[in-house]
Amino acid sequence: MPEAMGFFTDTTICIGCKACEVACKNWNQLPAEHGGVSEMSGDSYDNTVRLSGVNWRHVKFIEQFEGPYNGRWLMMSDVCKHCVMAGCIEVCPTGAIIRTEFDTVVIQTDVCNGCRACIAACPFGVIDMNPAAGTAQKCTLCYDRMQVGLEPACAKACPTDSIQFGPISELRTRAQKRLVQLQSQGEKRANLYGDDPKGPLGGLNSFYLLVDKPEVYGLPRAPTLPSKHLKRSGTFTAATAAVFGLLALIGIRKRRIDEIGGSN
Amino acid sequence: MSDTFFTTSPHWTWFIIPYFFIGGIAGGACFIAALLQWFGHPEDRPVIRGGYSIAFWGAVVSGLLLTIDLGRPLRFWHMLFQSERFPSLMFKSWSPISFGAWGILLFGLCAALSLIGAWSEEGRVRVSAAGYLRSGSVLAKLIGAVGGLLGIFVAGYTGILLTVTNRPIWADTPWLGPLFIASGVSTGAATLVLVGRRRGASDGSIRWLESFDSRALLAELLILVLFIASLWPIKQVWISFWGLLLLIGVVGVGILWPLQLRFGSGRGLGTGFRNAAVMVLVGGFLLRVVVLLASNAITAHRMATGGGGS
Repeated sequence: MPEAMGFFTDTTICIGCKACEVACKNWNQLPAEHGGVSEMSGDSYDNTVRLSGVNWRHVKFIEQFEGPYNGRWLMMSDVCKHCVMAGCIEVCPTGAIIRTEFDTVVIQTDVCNGCRACIAACPFGVIDMNPAAGTAQKCTLCYDRMQVGLEPACAKACPTDSIQFGPISELRTRAQKRLVQLQSQGEKRANLYGDDPKGPLGGLNSFYLLVDKPEVYGLPRAPTLPSKHLKRSGTFTAATAAVFGLLALIGIRKRRIDEIGGSN
Repeated sequence: MSDTFFTTSPHWTWFIIPYFFIGGIAGGACFIAALLQWFGHPEDRPVIRGGYSIAFWGAVVSGLLLTIDLGRPLRFWHMLFQSERFPSLMFKSWSPISFGAWGILLFGLCAALSLIGAWSEEGRVRVSAAGYLRSGSVLAKLIGAVGGLLGIFVAGYTGILLTVTNRPIWADTPWLGPLFIASGVSTGAATLVLVGRRRGASDGSIRWLESFDSRALLAELLILVLFIASLWPIKQVWISFWGLLLLIGVVGVGILWPLQLRFGSGRGLGTGFRNAAVMVLVGGFLLRVVVLLASNAITAHRMATGGGGS
């Protein structure tokens, strides 16, 4: 059994070049949107806007400026988190979403029927429909490349090594060292997101080094599994059904009593 | 900000909204029909037959709507069987969409058998075996009971399906299942009032249905208050068109107005806007519209303002 593999993304050295987006699109043969015509989003240098069924990598641009010369850019290449406990796998009614031998999460396009339950279940808003395939799609962590010993296309293309690929245990060690280095240099806001196996979702196989709160990067503070809501909601619903049954029975009984009273 | 605000909409819109609505009516009508079959009067037979008819055709339409909504409709059977290991079953007890697919299928089968029994009573089916499914038989009662339970399940599981996600509004409250049960029962009863009258139901049966529907509406109003109160941490979502539609369309037109018609001057048996049952159906439909589209609108708003998300 191969080791668990994944990404460690050090956002502090991302330069927003979008080489990862291009490499991903190229390798996975993902179609262009809007007929290939570039459309301005009006949101900084971001024209991809979000992850989707045809954009499996998305470089975010966050401008934190208080004046023209007082501020900073945050850039982050976002991707599927390949959660150790994945909500998408949990809800998928067809069994199309599987965990691979590398502990990554992959949607089998030939099994998926496009019900879209996984889209609503993902706490990160990663998955979406690929209109060309009619199925839900997302990053596969280049499963095909990994099977032949190659690193994912995005990590290969990243010119600054902001996206690092490797065994999760090794990446965690590397991330901790980098965190200590940044904090010792005075960047007290530096924090790791998703590296803790005891944290939310059992840890993320694609985790991040951030220099602000997760929400600033569009990441949920405490992502949860959708099934967390099942027991409570199911109990409330069953109890309500019982109340309505009782309400009907009381009504039927009252009608009978009224009729007996009427006939007397 | 709720963590649910960072997610993406599943684009469940104009096939799923009518599915939730029709599935709720079918489930609610079947539930009421089964209760009347077990505990009601012989004079309730036209209502019971009408209930099973609504249940069956509702299940058929629901199944079609669900299938059409899929990105790959011809693979609908992947929800029921493992595509790689057919005929091994595909079932996840922890996934509402998985157990819901089985629920609708079994509900449809029960409703079909009950409808055959109803047709046999009406003389529309003359096969002798159908006689076993006629109202008074033990078999018919058992099928009716199972169908009724599956009916209330179909009416309510759609709310659980929405809750077992990470989407705003849906995952932020445990009251969607109860709310959809209440709405399914009230709209089911309202449909039975409309259908029952055409099928020659007795005045006593219709009067009981109206009375039960009014109680269901009051219960729905109470659950709606709990639903809104449970969403207090994200109350800003209601400062929108959807909040207005919830207040005017669902509460006003769909609950308070029918109650006023029934408890006011008459029994709400007028036509159109003066008919309480019709207004209950309008409110039930608007409830599904609001619940689904208010959540979708949050993604759209976030996208338009360039905030958050992946």
